Amino acid sequence: MAFLDQLGVPAVTPGMVVMWAIGLTLIHLAVHRRYEPLLLLPIGFGILIANLPLTGLMTPGEGLIWRFYHYGVEWEVIPPLIFLGLGAHTDFGPLLSQPRLIFLGAAAQGGVYVAFFAAHAFGFSLEEAAAIGIIGGADGPTTIFLAAQLAPELLGACAVAAYSYMALVPIIQPPIMRLLTTERERAIRMKRARKVTVREKLLFPIVAAMGIVLLVPASAPLIAMFMLGNLFRESKVVERLTDTAQNALMNIVTIFLGLSVGATMDAATFLRADVLFIFALGLAAFAFGTAGGVLLAKLMNLFTKDKINPLVGAAGVSAVPMAARVAHQVGAEADRKNYLLMFAMGPNLAGVIGTVVAAGIFLTMLG
Amino acid sequence: MAEDVVAPLAGKVLSIAVAVGDAVEEDDEVLVLEAMKMETVVYAPSDGTVTALRVAVGDQVEEDDPLVTIGE
Repeated sequence: MAFLDQLGVPAVTPGMVVMWAIGLTLIHLAVHRRYEPLLLLPIGFGILIANLPLTGLMTPGEGLIWRFYHYGVEWEVIPPLIFLGLGAHTDFGPLLSQPRLIFLGAAAQGGVYVAFFAAHAFGFSLEEAAAIGIIGGADGPTTIFLAAQLAPELLGACAVAAYSYMALVPIIQPPIMRLLTTERERAIRMKRARKVTVREKLLFPIVAAMGIVLLVPASAPLIAMFMLGNLFRESKVVERLTDTAQNALMNIVTIFLGLSVGATMDAATFLRADVLFIFALGLAAFAFGTAGGVLLAKLMNLFTKDKINPLVGAAGVSAVPMAARVAHQVGAEADRKNYLLMFAMGPNLAGVIGTVVAAGIFLTMLG
Repeated sequence: MAEDVVAPLAGKVLSIAVAVGDAVEEDDEVLVLEAMKMETVVYAPSDGTVTALRVAVGDQVEEDDPLVTIGE
């Protein structure tokens, strides 16, 4: 009979079966719909494997995936390494050429705070509310970074919500953007931006790292790695490091991140009513962020001569470069010779920094 | 008078829809650029005849680089 006790089959619970379905759905979305496949595929498989009984994979101190999670996520190693790769991929030129668009990236973080207060009002602790609110930044690594420190029990749900909404940017954002703008506003052609010099691009990561970290020291792990990756890129003297940060290293840590985030989602922690709430609040955060960016652009237009197409404000939620593409596409519907992509990249990049700063502020207040 | 069709944004030339000698009308598709993994169609700014192709498929172009010249 001891043999039967070792079998996994009798220990399967209905909750586990539900989690299998969720894991398989994510794998399906990754494979057939190409929704964030690099993350949803390992997350989906992580969910499947973590919801098989008696494996011990997530047993603290022993399990294989627990070790990935503990040393990678809890020790705050993987999200900053992802940011190193993102920095190496990022051209800050569009942001530097139109610095006024930075404000749109800040306005789009409004959704984070709306959701934070809403979540707290609905009974979540301040720490949990912060982890839920940051979903509105639509930035996966930052969400994981913050949730791992403030509300580890919600990490899986928050991460999946953030990545799901990132994948759904082209579906969620356009109706909000159309609702808040007129056809004429959507057709606004923006004045060509000035050219950014090589020196400016080189100095930016150094100045930005020092400036932001001096203001919000708790954002240092993400900002420092983000700007280091960007310095690799813009210095043009360490092509090997740039390439490794962009590709090999990023790919390696993505495997461990996706798998371990998925494995945090066992039936007992995930199948709770408040998780559905997290998805709803995250969606609200994202919608408010989109609206915040659009509305601030409209407000700025009251005072500026060179009009801003308010659609680029929606790109102030992070989700790089998807949100910028959406701004471009919605703009092209109104005027197909209007090319908003590069203008939208400015607030889009400012949004990434804005979300990290918002996370840093939460950590300072609550960590 | 000859007029250059310039790149509205930096990107890679994915395809060219016209050849030298082709007559084009305003708003006809001239070529497709790829930037940020998104295809962006560039349209003719005026009626005319294509007198020169300034780029080839696969070229990386910067914003404002001439792509195609259109003459009368």
